[in-house]
Amino acid sequence: MAGTAPYDSEQPHGDSASGYDPNYVPDSVKSFVVHMYRQIREKNVYEIHQMYETSFQSISDRFFKDAPWPSVDAVATYVDNDHVFCLLYREMWFRHLYARLSPTLKQRIDSWDNYCNLFQVVLHGVVNMQLPNQWLWDMVDEFVYQFQSFCQYRAKMKNKTEQEIALLRQYDQAWNVYGVLNYLQALVEKSSIIQILEQEKEGLEQFTATDGYDYSGGSNVLKVLGYFSMIGLLRVHCLLGDYHTGLKCILPIDISQQGVYTSVIGSHITTIYHYGFANLMLRRYTEAIREFNKILLYIFKTKQYHQKSPQYEQILKKNEQMYALLAVTLSLCPQLKLVEETVNSQLREKYGEKMLRMQRYDDEAFALYDELFSYACPKFITPSASSYEEPLVNYNQDAYRLQLKLFLYEVKQQQLLSGIRTFLNVYSTISIAKLASYVEVDEDTLRTILMTYKHKMHSVDSDGKIISNMDTNFYIDDEMVHVVESKAPKKYGDYFMRQIVKLEGIMSDIDRVKLE
Amino acid sequence: MGREMTNQKPQSEMSYTVEQLVSVNPYNPDILPDLENYVNEQVSSQTYSSNANLCLLRLYQFEPERMSTQIVARILIKALMAMPAPDFSLCLFLIPERVQMEDQFKTLIVLSHYLETARFRQFWDEAAKSRHILEVVPGFEQAIQAYAIHVLSITYQKVPRSVLAEATNIEGLVLDKFIEHHITNSGWAIEKNQNKGQLIIFPHNEFNNPELKKSAADGIPLENITRILPILG
Repeated sequence: MAGTAPYDSEQPHGDSASGYDPNYVPDSVKSFVVHMYRQIREKNVYEIHQMYETSFQSISDRFFKDAPWPSVDAVATYVDNDHVFCLLYREMWFRHLYARLSPTLKQRIDSWDNYCNLFQVVLHGVVNMQLPNQWLWDMVDEFVYQFQSFCQYRAKMKNKTEQEIALLRQYDQAWNVYGVLNYLQALVEKSSIIQILEQEKEGLEQFTATDGYDYSGGSNVLKVLGYFSMIGLLRVHCLLGDYHTGLKCILPIDISQQGVYTSVIGSHITTIYHYGFANLMLRRYTEAIREFNKILLYIFKTKQYHQKSPQYEQILKKNEQMYALLAVTLSLCPQLKLVEETVNSQLREKYGEKMLRMQRYDDEAFALYDELFSYACPKFITPSASSYEEPLVNYNQDAYRLQLKLFLYEVKQQQLLSGIRTFLNVYSTISIAKLASYVEVDEDTLRTILMTYKHKMHSVDSDGKIISNMDTNFYIDDEMVHVVESKAPKKYGDYFMRQIVKLEGIMSDIDRVKLE
Repeated sequence: MGREMTNQKPQSEMSYTVEQLVSVNPYNPDILPDLENYVNEQVSSQTYSSNANLCLLRLYQFEPERMSTQIVARILIKALMAMPAPDFSLCLFLIPERVQMEDQFKTLIVLSHYLETARFRQFWDEAAKSRHILEVVPGFEQAIQAYAIHVLSITYQKVPRSVLAEATNIEGLVLDKFIEHHITNSGWAIEKNQNKGQLIIFPHNEFNNPELKKSAADGIPLENITRILPILG
């Protein structure tokens, strides 16, 4: 089915139509597909990776800066019309199109068809290749991205032509949310990846140790696609606003350790970005801060090695977004001791000023929360199709507006906490009456604010356990508030020990000095 | 409070099947009626499943024409009863804004707001006015009282009786019995404060007694001392 794509779907969109001949195959493309095909048949993963990452990019830059690659029909003859290779080629073909041009509706639908065919082949277990993790990750990542892009496109109903609406109605299965979720779920299930990861903990399986590759002559494709699909599911659920289920989907992955998800930087960043974001929306602030801190430090140390890679821009973008999210999270929950020095200084540079203003919780502060959230949040989607009835309106912003509204609502509920925090940092005990007068509220109101503080700074984890996110801790004894510093106890013993040894050293040095 | 509130009855046949459906085949439009029935069963048997309810809200998101606002209202009330878990917010993230603007949902959102900001007096006032919405779900009052006690017990070591009364909406003899019950079963104690009012003492936990959480005392391992023994000697 791969080679029978309708001719017109491979016409490029807009002005670059002039000069594009889908049947023209430059020599470099010919040798690219011939070599790629051979490397895949011979399972030379390293070479495949080189060709996939480097050769494809350089040929694209030279010949296809703003045009699609030759059609799959034109190249099929050079690769024995191999069915699976053609599916892989088309996947790359569409990915290139989305990156450099604007896909038409027909092209979007055809790309969906191609993914269905590709995944079905993989799910039937007949694939015998070993592909680089980078490529397998890109497939899942692109699949979710094209779904997100389609939902955004579909929701902009205002300027749709009658032809487009007719196509949308006819092909209502294309990029249908059920289809997308079920393919990802099927890959997770068919690959048995969850059981594999479980058994690996008991030493009965090898997966992470080999980076997912199969060294006993088999294929890594289904297993690794299944693994990355868990991250795909996390991403889709976040796009839908279902943070709880998103986190459940990656529960089998232990993010406190290295794993196959860290073998590709794109997957590492996507995982932690969504994990952190979901935790922020679930009010698990310290968990979000910890993970953002770790990944930002990691990116700081390693981004230089990715400067030449096609993912570099995306890495930088996500880096900036996570700094924004960290700024927001720390403004709600000032646990600065969880932030490493390097990350902290970057944070100060980018958002130091704004964080001070956010903690004032006045109108300007809310505008800043809005700004940072809007900049850094995922591109939320409305998964349902329009009713196609007049009047046609754009509803592509609805999902984002809802999430933003609910987030700002949460921030508003925490408005009064920051004022209290200031006083708690100064006093070790203070009466309800006195604190109420400083904060300029009556005693009953103060009591509710203190309880709100406690409630908001304690989150409930996935097992129902209460986790404290408190920075400065306190409790109330009838009319008195007792503040408890959560700093680590000063290690006086350690200090004295070091000084004793040091002094001894100095004294013996002095003894050695001979007076001239 | 808590994720799964089960009473003494064994898990019903239906709940077992539905939980299986949700974990094995959640992205399936055909299970929508089962999930709706399950919501009603949770209401009548005073059980709770946040996973199943989120799954249903998701399906409503995918097919808005099939949404039943009555079911959604019940899910939201059950979610309120699960506090301090953030289930109510989780549900709102999945419900379209225009639905949230309907009167009964506006009321529930206001009730949630009062509970989130510990404004118990306002909560109970509003709840009394909205009895017609809330009475469809048995066990509502007790669940909110449990949440109120949770918030009090992570904030206070000793709380004045009046604060407890306002938070739980109980007074007089009923409150006396309530306190008795918790003295017997939850480790509470009572004493009098200087104004001769009653003080309720909660058992110490790591939240109202942060010292309990402090890391091990300032101890020094023996090997480190051996370094300086020659000096001291």
